[in-house]
Amino acid sequence: MPRPGTRVFARVIPGRDPVGGSAIVMCNRTHIDLPADLEERVMGTFSAGFTGRHKRGAEGADLPPGQYVTHGFPVLSAGPTPQVPLDAWRLEVAGEQGVVQSWTWDEFRALHAEEVIVDVHCVTRWSKLGTTWTGIPVEALLADVELDGDFVVASSYGGYTTNLPLEDLLDGKAWVAFEYEGEPLDPEHGGPARLLVPHLYFWKSAKWLRGLRLQDDDEPGFWEQLGYHEYGDPWREQRYWGD
Amino acid sequence: MDTASTYLDGNAAAGPLGDFFGFDITTTIGRCAACRGVMLMAQCRVYSAGPGLVLRCASCDNVLIRLVVTGDRAWLDMTGLACLQIDRTESG
Amino acid sequence: MGRLSWQRATVVDIREETATARTLTLEVDGWSGHRPGQHVDVRLTAPDGYTAVRPYSIATPENGSRIDVTVALVEDGEVSSYLFSGSEVGTEMEVRGPLGGWFVWNRDDPVPVQLIGGGVGVAPLMAMLREHDRVAERHPMRLLYSTRGPETLLYAAELARRTQNPVPASAVTVLHTRNPSATAARPAGRLTISDIAAYGLPPSPRTRCYVCGSTGFVEAAIELLLKAGFATDNIRAERFGP
Repeated sequence: MPRPGTRVFARVIPGRDPVGGSAIVMCNRTHIDLPADLEERVMGTFSAGFTGRHKRGAEGADLPPGQYVTHGFPVLSAGPTPQVPLDAWRLEVAGEQGVVQSWTWDEFRALHAEEVIVDVHCVTRWSKLGTTWTGIPVEALLADVELDGDFVVASSYGGYTTNLPLEDLLDGKAWVAFEYEGEPLDPEHGGPARLLVPHLYFWKSAKWLRGLRLQDDDEPGFWEQLGYHEYGDPWREQRYWGD
Repeated sequence: MDTASTYLDGNAAAGPLGDFFGFDITTTIGRCAACRGVMLMAQCRVYSAGPGLVLRCASCDNVLIRLVVTGDRAWLDMTGLACLQIDRTESG
Repeated sequence: MGRLSWQRATVVDIREETATARTLTLEVDGWSGHRPGQHVDVRLTAPDGYTAVRPYSIATPENGSRIDVTVALVEDGEVSSYLFSGSEVGTEMEVRGPLGGWFVWNRDDPVPVQLIGGGVGVAPLMAMLREHDRVAERHPMRLLYSTRGPETLLYAAELARRTQNPVPASAVTVLHTRNPSATAARPAGRLTISDIAAYGLPPSPRTRCYVCGSTGFVEAAIELLLKAGFATDNIRAERFGP
């Protein structure tokens, strides 16, 4: 979170005006309030004319703080893309006592699916607005399960895990998605099926989903063990521990 | 999709890891805690996941090192690495 | 080891290599020197504090505080598009390095060296080749440089000069994958094991190979080298990504 009253002197380096033809020398010092994790960078060297590919709050969109709209769909991966043959694919829900429910691919696809259009926000600052997914609401998967835990660990083929409170998976807030933009979900984007929890940062939307385990304690997952925020609300900019 | 094409060499982590350690870790030798295989850190597989970097064993894919770097803090997890061997002589 | 803090760098020269690549000469404040094969991280900072970092190989051997980086335009690449068309002499950025202690060739390494580069992956290999020339190293060095066609050929003038005036102990063979050229060594096509046999060094146990390019190129080249009889421990690779 930005520290109130943070003041940074931006050291602006003489450079060429990318629009005009003559060189401008800018020596004025400016007071800027910045979130803590941008401070260090502002002290760096500005490259005249560089803005990156991002656009802030384009088209009047309501964006969480610190995010930029992207029109691509970056692939970020912590490991090799698992290749899961559909006849071997299983989705399991487990409680403290063990597996209580599981679906084969055919059983999973026979469930009632819905199409949703949501915005997704990645902790690396890109946001993608109006993305279309088809999936099974998580509460439908948990309908016949005794909800005997307040927290969930979502686990993926390939070993990735992430943790969330159970209530963040219910009441129309989460799906297990198998299609993106009307097409089967690509393995590089988490196919055959991934968790989709758009109200939290996108690292919580575990790709290559294989299981949801209900438990009493909040158990940090792959990135939460290493600095990422345990909850991850983009609207409160909860990117890292202590935010 | 070719899964092999998503990783880089340990070399790609030289900058971010060097920032953390203060020296170039890619020429050090590491032992994987899972398969006990020994390799040059330059030869492990680097996956870049935004602010998180993951180094995996080239033999067994075990996560050797995880690194998260933000503007004011960094986190390093090396629980997948059993040990590191560093050359203390002056390198050319 | 090099300083690992960010250092200011200024573009002092630009050479347009092809329609999609250029070489920038950077003057780096307080550069501590580097070895052929090493790279730098380049950091660009926008006025609002947004930053982007990408690694680039150094294409030249040590030259005071100057380093050359060759930038190939990447589709949708925010850094490469800025370096390729948004930067000019006087543009400033930051670099961190030199980085990488393994994918290097030292002038004191008394071994034959085989270099295989795909596309802009040839850049760090050029640093090694130019250093090899400069110190009049006698152990043989061969470069196999695979690129789409004459329209994508980097360092074209320099490579043409080498063909006119061959350098003892080192040789460069340019191979095209797609578009033929009158001066190419053989008709266009992907790198094959016969290319390695015809234009490379023999697979002696001492020969060290450096392979650099896209991940797909590197994987294919390594497979060919192993099939040709080179020792896996003697192959060093640098993958640029897909």
